[in-house]
Formats: sequence, C-alpha cells, structure tokens
Amino acid sequence: MSRILLEHGGGGRLARELIEAEILPRFAGLVGLPDAASLRADGRELRFAADSFVVQPLEFPGGNIGHLAVHGTVNDLAVAGGRPRWLSLAMIVEEGLPLATLRRVLDAVRDAAEDCGVAVVTGDTKVVPRGQCDGLYLSTAGVAEALSELILGANRVQEGDAVLVSGPLGDHGMAVLCAREGFDFGTAPRSDTGPVHRLVASIASLGSSIRFLRDPTRGGLAGVLDELARDVSLAFELEEAALPYAPATRSVAELLGLELLHVACEGRVMAVCAPDVADAVLARWRSLPEGAQAARVGVARPGPARLILRTALGGRRLIDPPRGELLPRIC
Amino acid sequence: MRYLDGFRDPQAAAALAERAGALAARLERPVQLMEVCGSHTMAIARYALRGMLPANVRLISGPGCPVCVTDAGYVDAAIDLAERGVRIATFGDLLRVPGSRRSLADVRAEGAVVRVVYAPDQALEWARQEPEHPWVFLAVGFETTTAPLAALASGLVRSGPANMSLLTAFKRVPPALDALVADPALAIDGFLCPAHVSAILGADAYRPYAEVHGRPCVVAGFEPLDILLGVCGLLEQLVAGEARVDNQYERVVRPEGNLVAKRLIDACFEPVDAPWRGLGTLPASGYGLRAELAHLDAEKVHDRPVTAGRDHPACRCGDVLKGVLEPQGCKLFGRACLPDHPLGPCMVSSEGSCAAAWKYARVDP
Amino acid sequence: MCLAVPMTLIERGVDDAGVVELEGVRRAVRLELVPEAVVGDYVIVHAGYAIERLNRDEADARLQLFDRLVAAAEHDLGVPVRLANLPPERA
Repeated sequence: MSRILLEHGGGGRLARELIEAEILPRFAGLVGLPDAASLRADGRELRFAADSFVVQPLEFPGGNIGHLAVHGTVNDLAVAGGRPRWLSLAMIVEEGLPLATLRRVLDAVRDAAEDCGVAVVTGDTKVVPRGQCDGLYLSTAGVAEALSELILGANRVQEGDAVLVSGPLGDHGMAVLCAREGFDFGTAPRSDTGPVHRLVASIASLGSSIRFLRDPTRGGLAGVLDELARDVSLAFELEEAALPYAPATRSVAELLGLELLHVACEGRVMAVCAPDVADAVLARWRSLPEGAQAARVGVARPGPARLILRTALGGRRLIDPPRGELLPRIC
Repeated sequence: MRYLDGFRDPQAAAALAERAGALAARLERPVQLMEVCGSHTMAIARYALRGMLPANVRLISGPGCPVCVTDAGYVDAAIDLAERGVRIATFGDLLRVPGSRRSLADVRAEGAVVRVVYAPDQALEWARQEPEHPWVFLAVGFETTTAPLAALASGLVRSGPANMSLLTAFKRVPPALDALVADPALAIDGFLCPAHVSAILGADAYRPYAEVHGRPCVVAGFEPLDILLGVCGLLEQLVAGEARVDNQYERVVRPEGNLVAKRLIDACFEPVDAPWRGLGTLPASGYGLRAELAHLDAEKVHDRPVTAGRDHPACRCGDVLKGVLEPQGCKLFGRACLPDHPLGPCMVSSEGSCAAAWKYARVDP
Repeated sequence: MCLAVPMTLIERGVDDAGVVELEGVRRAVRLELVPEAVVGDYVIVHAGYAIERLNRDEADARLQLFDRLVAAAEHDLGVPVRLANLPPERA
C-alpha cells in the first residue's frame, strides 16, 4: 500500500508493521522500541519517553487532552521502571480555538503535573490556520529517575507468570467514543486517565519477580499482550470472569459490539510477574485508590504466540489482535 | 444486566452441554446443524460454544451475515460514488469488505468522505448539516435492518433531507434457505433460525423448511444459553424423528412477526433478484426501493447502477455454506484467501466458517 | 446483521422518538416499529431502532427454566454442576 491508513496509528498489526518497516531501520538507538529509553548520565540511570496526544473531542467525561498529555508520558516512564520528574509540553493550536478551552486544558496539565509530582520545565507553542489539527494537538516528553530495584524486560517473562491489571479496562476509549457519538448520559463511561507511577513504585521492592510492565493504551490489553506474546513466543491465557469492567463501559460495548480488550485505557498498568508474588502485587495495588479494583486476569503459557480467552462458560477461543480502528458493529 | 447476564450463566451452560451430550449419544451418528444468523455466529465464537458441543454435532455457519454476502459489485458502486465526491455513510461492518480491487477503507484513506455510523439517523444529521454535498447511505442488512431503514425511508419521503439517498443491498433470509434446501447434496440436518430476523419475519416463516423439507427448526435467542438450548431442541427433534418449528425465543418472536415492521417494509420496498457472494444470484432474495421512491434510490439519483461482481472462479463458499465442504477442502483456503485478504463471505465474516477455522485451529495447535 | 440488545424504554415522545437505557447509559431510539411499547417496557434495539418488545414474563420464565435445568442436572449427576463436567474440548 502506498498511503498511510488510519489503522497505521491504531496500535495494532498495521502500526507495528509501519514501525518495523520504516522507523526501526532508520534509527539504531530504537532497538526493541521501548516505550521509554534507558539513558545513563554521570552514573545516574534515567528514563526518557515521548508521546503525542490527538483526541476528539478535546474534553470528555473524566478529563481532557491536558490530563492525557501528562498521564501518557508519566505512565510511559513509570512502566519503564522510572520515577517521573520532568516534562516538556509542546502545543499545536488551531486558529479559532476558544481561549476558555485552552485554559481548561492548561489547568488540567498543571493539576495533573502537580498530582504526579512532575515539573513542566520546557515547551513550545505553535498556531496553525483554521481547519488544521482538530483544535489542539499536544506532545509531551519526560525524564524519570530509574527505580533501581526493578529489572524489567519482555525477555524476563516465563511460562507460568501471572498477568495482572490495576483496574477496569476500556474506560477511556469508551468515554471518548461516547462523547463523539453523542450518547446521552445517565452514567456515562468515564475516562480512567490517571497516573500509574505510584502503582509501579509500590511494587518496586518486589524486584526481579516483576518481569514486565506496560500501560494498555491504544489497542487495549489485547494489543499489549499480543506484542509481548510475539516478542517472547509465549501464549497468554486470560480468564474472562476475572477481567474487571465498569458497568457503563460494559453496556456501551455491548450496544456497539466492541471488544473491550481492544479499547484504550489511560490510567491502568498491566504487570507480568512471578506467580508467587501476584498476591503481594494485588495487595499493594488495592491499597491505593487507583488500584482498588486490581485483578489477576491471566497466565503465560507455552507458545506459539497467541492470546487465548477462557470464556465465562468455560470454552476457549482466540482473542484477535487489535486491527487499529474501533468500528461499531451491526452484524 | 439481568436479561443479558441471566442468559450467560456458566452453570446453566454446563447443564445444557450435558443435555446435548446425552441427546447426541442417542443419535449415534454425526449431525450437522446450520446456524443462519450473524448474531448466532458471533455468540458461538465469542463464547467458544463449539468446543462445548458433543463430538458428533457439528455447527455450520450459514449465509447469516448480510455484509459478508454483499456482492463485490455493490462495494465497487459505493467506491465509485465516493470517488465522485458523494459523501458516504455506512455501518462499520462494510468498511473493509473487498470490492473487485479495493475496499471503502482504502478510498477513505485516499481522501473520500466515508463515515461510519451505528444508527442510520446519524447519517441524516450529517446530510442536514452539510446540504451542499450529496450523501448516500449504504443500506445493507437482513430483515432486521430493512425494517428500520423502511422507517428511515418513510421519514426521508416526508421531511428529507433532499440531499440523501439510499444505495440498497438488502437481503432476505428465506430465499437463501430455499436455495440451500433445494440442493440435494445439502448436508444440513436442522436449522438454528435467526433471533432478530425472526422478530420481524415471525417464526411461521420457517414452517416450509420443517413441514416440506423435513428439517427441524428452532428459533433461538442470541445469548449463549439460548443457543445451547436451541441445539438441544434440534437434537430432541432429531432423536424423536420430528421436524417442526420450535420457537424458543418467544420472549421476542411472535408466530406472525412484527406486522407493523412488515407493512413498513412493503410500503417502501419490493422483492428483487439479488446477488449473494458465494451463492450467485437468488430470485427475489433482496429488497429494492419501490418505483414511487425512485428519488431516494442512489442508483438513479447518481446514475450509477449496481452490477453484479464476479465471484473468484475457485471460490467454494457455496459448498462450505451448504455443509458439503470443509474450509480446508477449498484450494484457496489459507493461500489466496485469508482473513486479511478474504475472497468469499466465509472468510470476509470475521466469524464465518473459514475465518473461524483459520483462527480456532490455532487455539491448541 | 442482528446485533441487538434489550434496553429499557424510559421516554416516549409524540413523534416516535424515544430514549432507552441500559446500566445507566442512555441512547436516543426510534419507535416507529413498536407503536405499542410504553415507558417501562424492555425493547430490543438494533441500529438505533426498537424492533420488538421483550416480553418480560417469557424472559423470566426462560431464566427459571435455566435454573431448573441446573437443578435437574445436579440431581441427575448427584453432584453440583461444574465446568469440569463439560465434554472434552475439541481442537
């Protein structure tokens, strides 16, 4: 194909192919494409990550693009085993954006940064003509100090390891979809946008028993596990009955025929850990407000790489890897 | 979600699977049951129900997905309109269905306006908000969708907007079943009849397949327990040597169906011959706009008639749909025909017989 | 093409417009196909239209049937029904 499709940005197979074909070959420093880079300077171990934020609508139940911009990079740093410290903020603003909207977004950035204990230390602002950039695009980059006890890597995952998530899945993606589709609200799905660095810090002392961390953003939990499965040639089997979902999120997904395992979270972390520390992880997570509904949801099994769901009725089926675009289904 | 969760209870599922096992043991021969409806196909896949059935009971996916049986020629016509600058509103399912060369997703990437709706009313809103552009809604579906679109068409007649028309490719379920039972090689012992098509058509629509063609029929709801109970109902009839229509979805389906919906359909549409991907053109198997509603017909408004596409000459979907050929028996399966570039409906549908065979062979390799 | 979900009708306007709800999520719905549906009914919603009413007595009867099935199966088996009693999985 000779043009970029929407799906290339979706976090699924096409996105991966684009990265493998066009990006990795050009940049030697991107070996393994970590969410965050590990840097060493003056004997200090640091993590460095960047992310950009493109969301319609800019404001949705649970937050706005400003919250996402902070949490997204904070979380990339956290799941790389870092304690986030500094952020940059770059803005591309569409001519005509109401100042009141920009203020709400900037307030969100300020509040989220304070809550996360990070400082916004540099940035940039551009304005583009009306009709471009959908109101506002944001981009943040961040630097974190490495949590020395954590030794994380896909290659550390073994058969029998437990898969845990810190809370209900798919809230952010459904909240944004509902806001776009104009669903009326009694109880709307609310974005879960939030930081996970405290969750990560709470389990750092478990050291090498924590194998791998990732935040399931675009592509959802299935996207993250699909990539991991292929990286390590293992299968992951999830228990449908154990997967946590918020009721409003679940009912909208039923209505639209969407698979919540493909839907983005913006405030959750997935951990793969040695089975004997799974209970400890859950206990520590559940002691934090953002981890109240943490759950053990699956296990690593022998390869070949695939995602299996054990349904609530006891059958087993494959979970398709996310293709990249969430399409409401009627069939 | 009482009326969803109650129909997904694991213990009841296990009990029903037990019962199916006991019935199947009394049959002492392999049986093939066809599930006709897309929502059944999806539920069976989602809950991995095939693995719960006895070894001598095989579920075949029928032509139950109207999007998947949508002919390539229809997609080509939609693509043509899109490239001419007509704005297209469509259900999500249709976005990736292959035309002769490309899909609607491809032309969207090239700049055509193709927008996905969940409900067709959303398309009306867009057309009203953008009156300077012609809009076409891709009206595809079985009777379940034809009825809402008849209501929509009536609304269009009454109050516009004038810049919206419909490109129709509705399909009717009974003519497809007629085509299947007319084939003496048909290896289907019973039909699991659609849930929501039946809400419109009524359970009585299936009486010929039982009374004339001797196939047990069960109208089953769309939840996993409904489906398992439906399979048990079919096995019971087979054990007893009966063939009748057993309506197990009586909480929604009446014998006569939804008469208001049927009248609305009749007021706007009439039966037309229609091409089914994989089955060829079946007489009176589709719905087209009545002559007095020609001003709503995108084919006329934009002077772009839909012509039937050609199935791939080696496509065996027809035989897979009839249960006489396994996916693996088709030369194209896994070679030229794959989930990512499907040729026939059995692979276009993410849970069609061939797509399912491709995927589920890999659960426990 | 049959994705449809039972939802509660919470508002019915004079022009066949209505609002349905499921687990607190509300959605606009068209009611041309169910002229007899009243607020409080469950309706089956497909593509933004209610296509039929759900008869709650029948639904409840069906749910009770499933309960009885479980009880009967446990009686026959002599043990509680567990997923382990499923027939062996097929590849």
